[in-house]
Amino acid sequence: MQLFDVVFYVFALITLLSGCIVVFSKNIIYSAFSLLFTFFGVAALYVLLHADFLAVTQILIYVGGILVLLLFGVMLTNNVISVEMKTGTVQAIPALIIAAVVAGTLAGLSYSTWKGVGVPAAGGPQTTTGTLGQMLMTSYVLPFEIASVVLLVALIGAAMTARRHRNS
Amino acid sequence: MGSLESFWNEFAGWLPHVQLAHFLIVGAVLFALGIYAIATRRNAIMVLMGVELVLNAANINFIAFSRYSADMNFDGQAAAIFVIILAAAEAAIGLAIVLNIYHRFQTVNVDEVSSLKE
Repeated sequence: MQLFDVVFYVFALITLLSGCIVVFSKNIIYSAFSLLFTFFGVAALYVLLHADFLAVTQILIYVGGILVLLLFGVMLTNNVISVEMKTGTVQAIPALIIAAVVAGTLAGLSYSTWKGVGVPAAGGPQTTTGTLGQMLMTSYVLPFEIASVVLLVALIGAAMTARRHRNS
Repeated sequence: MGSLESFWNEFAGWLPHVQLAHFLIVGAVLFALGIYAIATRRNAIMVLMGVELVLNAANINFIAFSRYSADMNFDGQAAAIFVIILAAAEAAIGLAIVLNIYHRFQTVNVDEVSSLKE
């Protein structure tokens, strides 16, 4: 279990440090690229939690899809040629206090409530992907179908919304 | 070699064993970072990045509880899949709206897009 602990601490550190860079960096390009490391660190935490299918899904969708989409957004909405890519912050001090209070409350509550909960002795099903696929086809079939409809609506809606109007 | 091993033992003794609470604390800090980004950044794309951080924090909690439940049931992982699906849809729609705002106002700073106030 020692190796597990060390790997967890390394990836938690990577996740939180790059998350801090995302939030506190003035340059939006730096934020977008350190978001990459945050997503990879979260995927590594998923692997540590025996969620290998979700880790691969995280890398495929977040890194391959959402992050590229965000970078396209950055490139399309900022004047990249100019050096000025900095973005300001508003009301940093009150937000910092509130965020610190939220983090402290959540972390303290979860620590005091779930302290000492270790890995259960009884092993569950071992194949993640097969079990998840069966669950999506049996007990989660209605949310699964609704999610497909939502994705179709989002696809059409995003294409319609982002399209340049001809006569305006 | 012996000193390295003793150092290793001391270092490993200093770090507590990883349990459920550790994952929850990482999720809580990530959540607070996302909240801070949503609240303070003026650029709309940075706000979207904060939303992604919040969703990732929620996913860590889902999967951690799924792993540490008594029979390791997979309901948490199924919920996390749906969160990822909705995050993808949200990012696409959000970026489309941001691009439209940029075409109309020539800026993506959310505090300057306030024409609904008037």
